Order: sequence, then C-alpha cells, then structure tokens
Amino acid sequence: MLQGINLACVRGDRELFKDINFSLEAGCLLQVRGPNGSGKTSLLRMLCGLSNPAAGEILWRGTSIRSLNGDYFSAVTYIGHLSGTKDDLTVIENLRISSALAGSEISISQASDALKHMGLRGREALPVKVLSQGQRRRVALARLLVCTTTLWILDEPLVALDVMAVKLIQKLLEQHLQRGGVIVMTTHQEIEVTATSIMQLHLA
Amino acid sequence: MAINWFKYSSPASFYLLAGKMVPVFVFISVILLVVGLYVGFFVAPTDFQQGEAYRIIFIHVPAAWMSMFLYVVMAFWAGIGLAFNTRLSSMFATAIAPTGAMFTFIALWTGAVWGKPMWGTWWVWDARLTSELILFFLYIGFMSLQAAIDDPRRADKAGAIIALVGVINIPIIYFSVQWWNTLHQGASVSLNQAPAMATTMLTGMLIMVLASWMYSIAVILKRTRVIILERESHTAWVAELHKKGAI
Amino acid sequence: MFMWIIKRDLLLAMRRQSDVLTTLFFFIIVVSLFPLSVGPEMNMLRTMAPGVVWVAALLASMLSLGRMFSNDYVDGTLEQMLLSPQSLSLLVLGKAFAHWLVTGVPLVLMAPVLGIQYDLPTDALLVLTAALLLGTPVLSLIGAIGAALTLGLRGGGVLVSLLVLPLYIPVLIFGAGAVEANMAGVAFDAHLSLIGAFLLVSIVFAPWAAASSLRVSLE
Repeated sequence: MLQGINLACVRGDRELFKDINFSLEAGCLLQVRGPNGSGKTSLLRMLCGLSNPAAGEILWRGTSIRSLNGDYFSAVTYIGHLSGTKDDLTVIENLRISSALAGSEISISQASDALKHMGLRGREALPVKVLSQGQRRRVALARLLVCTTTLWILDEPLVALDVMAVKLIQKLLEQHLQRGGVIVMTTHQEIEVTATSIMQLHLA
Repeated sequence: MAINWFKYSSPASFYLLAGKMVPVFVFISVILLVVGLYVGFFVAPTDFQQGEAYRIIFIHVPAAWMSMFLYVVMAFWAGIGLAFNTRLSSMFATAIAPTGAMFTFIALWTGAVWGKPMWGTWWVWDARLTSELILFFLYIGFMSLQAAIDDPRRADKAGAIIALVGVINIPIIYFSVQWWNTLHQGASVSLNQAPAMATTMLTGMLIMVLASWMYSIAVILKRTRVIILERESHTAWVAELHKKGAI
Repeated sequence: MFMWIIKRDLLLAMRRQSDVLTTLFFFIIVVSLFPLSVGPEMNMLRTMAPGVVWVAALLASMLSLGRMFSNDYVDGTLEQMLLSPQSLSLLVLGKAFAHWLVTGVPLVLMAPVLGIQYDLPTDALLVLTAALLLGTPVLSLIGAIGAALTLGLRGGGVLVSLLVLPLYIPVLIFGAGAVEANMAGVAFDAHLSLIGAFLLVSIVFAPWAAASSLRVSLE
C-alpha cells in the first residue's frame, strides 16, 4: 500500500540518505532505525507529506502522495516528537479538538473512553500543562484510539512511557496491524509486536 | 546555430555561460554610460525653465524605471522557481533584489537632489516619490526575509511568496498613493511633468536607460554566479573548477 | 472544521486573557502618547486623530501577529493542522478570523473612546468605527501571510513588521481618509467601499498565500 522509491534527503549541504526503497502491504510494520542525525525524522516527515523528498517518489495505493493531497491526509495519522497538545487546554478538549481538526469529530463519551483506556481516568478536566511528560505522551497517543486512519506514522512513540503504557501501545499497534493497517515507526527500544511482517530499515 | 537552452538551465553550465557573458555586458554598459552621460551633460540643451538642474533626469528616470521593472522581473523569476521548482530561476530572483533596491535608492536620492532647486525642499510627498519609497520597503522586506532564513530552499520559496504578494499589491499601493496625493492638495508638484523634451534629451535618456539595462544584466549574472558557487560548493563540478584554479 | 478552529483559538484566548489585554492597552497607550508629544491644542489633535488611531491600530494588530501561528508551531499542533484532510486555506481563514475577534474587535470598540480624547465630532466617531470594523480584518488576513513566512525565524517579530507594514498602506490611506473626508464634509462612502473591496480581495487571496507559506515554513 505504501511504497517508497529511491528516496533521498538533503539537509543544507549534507545528503542524509539516498536510494531508500521499500514497499509495505496491509498489516506491515516498518521500523526505521539508525543513529541520531541519520534522517529518521526527516524520512517520516516525508512519508507524511510534510516535506518533499529531494529525489524519488512516495506512492500510496499506487498513486503519488503529492497528487493525492487531502485524500492522503485522511488516511494518515502522524505522531511526532512534538506532542501536538495545547498546554492551556484540558486533556479532553485537546483530544476532541485534535480529532476534529484531523477530520473525525468524536463525542465527549468517546473521548473519555479513550482517555480511560490510556490510563488518564480522572485527569480529563485538567489542563495539559500540569501533566507529567509521560502523561502528555499518553494524551497524544490517545488519538490512535479514536482515529479511523490506515497508515500510522509514529516518531519515537514509546519515549517517556512507563512499562505499562509501553505494553498498552504495543497491543494497540498489534490490533491495528491485524485490522490491516500499516505502521511506520522509529524507536530505540526493542518492540515486541507479533505481526505477519515486520520490516527493518537501517539508515546509515 | 542551434542552442540547447535546457542545457543552460542547469547551474553548472549556466555558470560557465554567464562567465562568458558578463564581460560583454560590462563592456556595452560602460560604452553606453559614457555616451549617454556625454549626451546628457554636454549635448542636450539647457532647459529654459529648470536650467541645468534638470539634467539629473538622465539618471533619475532610468533608475526609477529600472526599479519598477526589476521588481516585476524578480517576482516573475521567483514565481517560476516556486511553480516549477527550478533552482536557477530562484537564484536569479535573489540576485536581482539588491540591484533593484539600489536603483530604487538612486531614484529616491536623485529625486531629492532635483527637488531641492526645483521646489526648495529635499522631499515632497509626491505620489511618485512616495510609491518609490514604498517600493524600496518592499525590496528591503524581500531581502531581509531571505537573509533571515538559513535553508536556501525555504528562502527561495518564502521570498517567492512575498515577492508575488508584493507584485499584486504594487498597483493597489500605487493607486492608493495617487488618490491620497490628489486628496491632499498641498504637494501637487509632480516629478513626471517632464519639460517638453528636445530630441537630444530623449536620445540621451534612452541611451541611459539602455546602459542601465546592460549594467543590470551584467551585475545580476555576476551575482548569480556567486550564488551558484555558494550553493553548489559541495558538488563535484565546483571541486573540479577549484582544482583547475578557475575560481 | 472552520468552526472548530475558531472555537479552539477563542478558548485559548480566554485562557490567556492577559495577551488580549496587552494588545488593547498598547493601542490605548500609543494613541495617548501623541497629545503628550505634540501638545494639547484641540484643532491640531482633531486633524491628527484619524491618522493616529489608524497607525496605532496597525501597530497593535501587527504586534499580536506573532501569536497567530508561533505557539502552535512550537507545540506541534500546527504540524497536525497541516496534515488535516480539510483545506489548509480554510483553516488559515478561521485562524485569521479568530485573531481578528480577539485583537481587532477590541480595538474597534475602544476607538470611539479614544476619538473623544481627540475631540472628534460624533459622526466622525461613527465613520472611524465603521472604517476600523472593515479595515482591521484586512490587517489580520494580510498579517497572516507575514506571520506564516517568518515562523521560527530569529528576529521574526521585527521582520514581520518589515514585510506587512508596506502592505497595510492602502488600508491606512483609505481608513484615515474616510474620517478626514467626513470631517471635511465630503462623501466618505467611496473610501469605505474601497476598504470593503480590499477585504474581499484579501479574504480570497490571503488565506491561500498564508497556507502556502505555512507549508514552506514547516518543510
């Protein structure tokens, strides 16, 4: 479903990577690995459509994502380094507003169910600024529970999470793959996800 | 002789082509400048109303024209660069800006110098002068935006957007200022009420306009070469040139 | 989604009311400085009033531009908006509208009070308010382009003034011109129509230009 052909990335004068090729089918997980500064985040941002590759092309269901535009965005959920939450809004406001802006409005009960599942019960009405780093991460990841997208692009989703939360996320990823979803992620931790196919991509 | 134009749209071959063209344009512009100034200062007759002071138009008018032309040309190349992702055209736009700003400044400066003997004041809020001042601000905005951005590709695209927004706004600004000027009758003297021109005056002015064009082309090509070198410093062909001692 | 973004930005402004008040007080202080610098001669103040109020509105609106995108840029919510399947231009329009509600509308409401300080006659006060009502949304819309282009740049605040102030000039000319025309006893409706035309043009073009700028800035 997601295909990368001869992708290259240039930052300033430096070429971070080139000739990256991969092809992901439904139920596939691609783990992008590599040392700091090898272009992992740049690759993920390219796959989201936030930036254009210096060379090569990204295809979604056989069509270039550049020509798909909005149709592509409705199939993708991206969770990056930045949490994408507003400090001044409450936990539940954050989740509902970010879902609405991503194109799928959710009700208050849906939102509080998702937050409960992420272990944020009783925190719904707190502003995000009083939460800990790990809890903020959970708020961001709660979007995965309510979104209806096929392709998940996750940049270090497990950072700052405790053991319980890591297990929870791994289970979530597994379920998504079983439903026929596609995941591209970076992580420094070993992930224990049982899936039909897990691919590794090493950036030098 | 058929020229393959596409070949020259790559920075490497353009660099070499421009290198050959710069001396030609420098030569032509120097000749035209000398002839134009000679005609302007020695051949053209003294104006019976304005005396000798009018001779500043031989610099003022070409500079004012160039300042406006160059902004449009700059926006055009920047727009092409944005639409077709051609690096060379964006580099052109970046190279044009300082020359355009310089001509704008010259037009303002000579306008002031002309104003002093004509109206007894260095500055009048005349519609043309005011528009020229705003044009100067637009150039400065374009250049400072590009200067503030480290990544050259982002600088190209951001510059293109502000240049295009500027080019849409220039007529609006111009007509607003014109309107404002007619409303406030205080400063109704206009720089464009040129005296009935003798043929030699017109000739001198046209030669000076041509000289300005040639000068602009020479300087812009030269500056584009420098920008190409700066941006392509990591490539093989620049290293090759360096080895040959050509830079 | 258009409603959601407005609701969101208003909610955020409610949580940080001091930001809104800062802009308003800036406007009030700048307008009040002029009589102190040129003297309290009423005839002179009356002629200066439209220009002073408009310039102060321009500056106040421009100073608050930094908030339009930069907070969202820092916490990553802007990135998420760019990945929204809905039109980014529409979203920018929503944000510019929210910016106007939060910064422009208070200026419009405060302007008549400041006009009284300058001894403007009642109908001139009305024209001033009407002109500001039509003109301040243009400032937010054009400002959005500048704010989007300077996102994340060092010295972005000063840079944005270089970019947008020249573009504000037509609004300034006709905004202040409308009040002057009214005080001189001539028709001012042409001025207001022209500001209205600027508003329409900027509603069509500015969100689109600002959306492209955001994509460039976040690449």
